[in-house]
Amino acid sequence: MLPSMEALFGELTRRFGPKRCLTQPESLLAYECDGFTIHRQRPLAVVLPEDTEEVVAAVRLLHAHRVAFLPRGAGTGLSGGATPTEPLVILDTARMKRVLRVDPEERIATVQPGVVNLDLTRHVRAHGLHYAPDPSSQSVCTIGGNLAENSGGPHCFKYGMTTDHVLGAKVVLPDGTLVELGGPAGARPCGGLDLTGLFCGSEGTFGIATEITVRLSPDPESTVTLLASFRSMRDACGACSDIVAAGLVPAALEILDKATIGAIEASVYRAGYPADAAAVLLVELDGPAAATEADAEEVLMLCRSRDAIAIETAHSPEDRLRLWKGRKGAFGAMGRLSTDLYVLDGVVPRTRLIDTLETITAIGAKYRVTLTNVFHAGDGNLHPNIAYDGRDAEETQRVVAAGMEILRTCVAAGGSITGEHGIGSEKLDHVALMFTAEDLEVMERVRSVFNPDGRCNPGKVLPTRNSCAEVGRWPEMVARVLDPGGPSP
Amino acid sequence: MTEAGPELPFYRDTLGCVHCGLCLPACPTYQELGDETESPRGRILLSRALAEGRIADGARIASHFDRCLGCLACESACPSGVRYRHVLEGTRAELNQRAPERGVRARLRKLLLSQVVARPRRLRWAFAALGLAERTGLRRLAQRLGLIPQLTERLLPAVPPRQQRLPLVGAFPPPGVTRGRVALFTGCVMEQAFGEINRKTLALLQANGFHVDVVTDQGCCGALHLHDGQLELARRLAQRNVDAFRGADVIVTNSAGCGAALRDYGHLLGSAVAADFAGRCRDVCEFLAEQGLSATPAPFPHRVAYDDPCHLCHGQGVRTPPRALLRTVPGIQLVDHPSAETCCGSAGIYNLLQPELASAIGADKAGQLRATGAEVVITGNPGCIMQIRAHLSGTGMRVLHPVEVLLPESG
Ligand SMILES: Cc1cc2nc3c(=O)[nH]c(=O)nc-3n(C[C@H](O)[C@H](O)[C@H](O)COP(=O)(O)OP(=O)(O)OC[C@H]3O[C@@H](n4cnc5c(N)ncnc54)[C@H](O)[C@@H]3O)c2cc1C
Ligand code: SF4
Ligand code: SF4
Repeated sequence: MLPSMEALFGELTRRFGPKRCLTQPESLLAYECDGFTIHRQRPLAVVLPEDTEEVVAAVRLLHAHRVAFLPRGAGTGLSGGATPTEPLVILDTARMKRVLRVDPEERIATVQPGVVNLDLTRHVRAHGLHYAPDPSSQSVCTIGGNLAENSGGPHCFKYGMTTDHVLGAKVVLPDGTLVELGGPAGARPCGGLDLTGLFCGSEGTFGIATEITVRLSPDPESTVTLLASFRSMRDACGACSDIVAAGLVPAALEILDKATIGAIEASVYRAGYPADAAAVLLVELDGPAAATEADAEEVLMLCRSRDAIAIETAHSPEDRLRLWKGRKGAFGAMGRLSTDLYVLDGVVPRTRLIDTLETITAIGAKYRVTLTNVFHAGDGNLHPNIAYDGRDAEETQRVVAAGMEILRTCVAAGGSITGEHGIGSEKLDHVALMFTAEDLEVMERVRSVFNPDGRCNPGKVLPTRNSCAEVGRWPEMVARVLDPGGPSP
Repeated sequence: MTEAGPELPFYRDTLGCVHCGLCLPACPTYQELGDETESPRGRILLSRALAEGRIADGARIASHFDRCLGCLACESACPSGVRYRHVLEGTRAELNQRAPERGVRARLRKLLLSQVVARPRRLRWAFAALGLAERTGLRRLAQRLGLIPQLTERLLPAVPPRQQRLPLVGAFPPPGVTRGRVALFTGCVMEQAFGEINRKTLALLQANGFHVDVVTDQGCCGALHLHDGQLELARRLAQRNVDAFRGADVIVTNSAGCGAALRDYGHLLGSAVAADFAGRCRDVCEFLAEQGLSATPAPFPHRVAYDDPCHLCHGQGVRTPPRALLRTVPGIQLVDHPSAETCCGSAGIYNLLQPELASAIGADKAGQLRATGAEVVITGNPGCIMQIRAHLSGTGMRVLHPVEVLLPESG
């Protein structure tokens, strides 16, 4: 350990105590990756602050010692956002989980960043309110992580992504300066340059949000959930397009394929999805009771005209919860197919869904990988999941290559390389599929206003000029994973 | 990488984890500490790293496994079906083997588990001695002199009178027509500290028309030894029970912790006979709910909160039967208890080993229970009864085992 590190650790331990400043290398292996497990590197230390003041103190120390760091929420990110790419310290917000203020009249809440998405909804439920963006990881992921990734979820088709629900944030910049971005004027943003919007989706590279003010949404008067099963994926996608074309705006439109259904039904998240279906479409309608009933009738009709095999309609909260439970456990359930899981996140125009899915299937076959699909059909946001054995270097290379080709297909169809999971370290090589060197240069200039020394979550989102020109960092990263010795403690 | 690493028996169990994190909110230690190394996902990763030879000095990660409650809430939350119990037991055994714990307390614990708890006669003597100490005021003296840590003392049950501690053996026919025949598992500590519950379980089964056999050669289930990493001893104890119950069609348990352990003998012993034994085990509530009560329980006009023992809901997947049975009790009012499935911090002898954390978790549980407005808490595991009682002391709330309110009037 470098002498300056020793001094830094000494100061951090004095400030936070050994329980909130972890430095034992063996233990730190637990922090070597987030939900994206292909890249791994253990941090130098992990600090667990409890409030803004403590974050300021920690960041100032780190800045003074010129040591890089990254913010981490629940570590459910799927693009390596919370995984170190160089020796650094993790500031983990897991102990910052207080709801600081709820104003049910104005429908806003101010929370610490470590508050779990679903816990916020539970906290305000008594007021007939909820926090609308609902990633499938909502029972685990934090509002801070959501803000940094601009996360979406099934209900974002109607209600918008995280950025549409965040009004302001207190942010500790990488040099330890505390700033307040945005801030509510009632339930509206306060005007001026929309720096909150800029921060949202910055993937932890602009600083750490320590207090976040969000908009709360009133619970709809009524909600109906329908589960329609189809003989083919083409029919399911067709029904989805028909529903949107008919002018309906469901709260959610989700499709799961046969392999995904099989994995869910074998898991504790089993939801009673029909086993004989090639695909199921999950539709949720909400709003005034009269309208949802009429809309549900229309959805039923549209699904029938696409030869739906069966349609289940759920009105009661228990039945709706059951239908959703399977969808929310879908990623994890895929773990049953192999030891590792790579969740992709591409977007295509809705009209190109079925063609793209067929191409994706062909790509899966070409690279001989186990591939399943579950996706936010309303938004055209695809999540091909590849189950593989990460211990097999050759298979891992094929998985990575298949992923690259799938995202290239999405871009070629007029879409993008990420709908909600972010670029992180995962897609540094893919960025060039979408942006020119000039585009990236502008982004880099904006980022350096917040993060001039590049020590806040380095190696994420924007490829450095060198790595952009390189063939890519993937082979190197994969090699690192497969060398289980890793950087020795 | 050490070549032998991936051969470790729990290695395969760690591979099922895809690092999704859905288990984090279920884990009491992660909720309390916010530290990934104290989460199921983190522990599984460390286990896997240990098996892969990435961690040379196992002692340096042992504390993370010591702090795990073994409550198995993570299993109920895991979509990928990771059998965390096998990861935990295997890792503890491996760590134990590599670097046996030193220190007076650890040695005393191991000695107590292997030389007293595992041996029925000695356990009986120990309880007799404890009872004597209690009656002569020695226990109070020891406590005053600080020989027994305060927290531990609070958790130790008062020693029941001698006739309740006498081993229960023999064949007990029902009063009327026989509906079936079952064997009762009486346990070790259960028999000594909660003999009354064993007797009530027996009476309840009889009252409902079952002929009950209490076989002699049965003994401790081995759960505590397994959780302590004493794999070989746990296997010996398991084999003894498999042999003792060879003739029984159904083996009824009334301690969730023992039940979960018995039902995992197939994995522990890896034999078909053991797997068959495991398949014949039933929790008393599960069994009676399946069969239906033929004797109406005595009226119990109270507000009751049912609290799931971890090793019943997560360990054995038994959730509805106790509730269904309780609903048949005349006058009972089951109240809402949203955090019924959260661990109370008892977790075997965890409350003795990790008093600080167990106490924080126990206090949370007590707060949740008080908020339900119940007068009585019902839970089917001796450790949980002790822990919850200790944390509710002074509130006037009672803590009972389900069999205690299911007995008919005359019983
Ligand atoms: C099973 C599963 C399902 C998922 N479903 C969805 C889905 O439906 N939609 C979706 O959008 N995503 C989904 N995700 C991805 C993931 O849950 C989201 O990206 C989530 O927002 C990450 O939150 P987190 O708290 O886990 O953050 P982490 O993974 O810990 O961090 C994510 C990023 O945020 C940064 N960060 C964290 N806290 C702060 C802070 N306070 N200030 C600044 N930066 C911070 C980190 O540096 C990192 O770059 C899913 C993941 C899983 C495992
Ligand atoms: S829920 Fe299961 S698969 Fe997901 S992190 Fe936890 S143990 Fe691993
Ligand atoms: S058994 Fe309980 S304490 Fe241990 S990791 Fe699982 S949930 Fe956490």
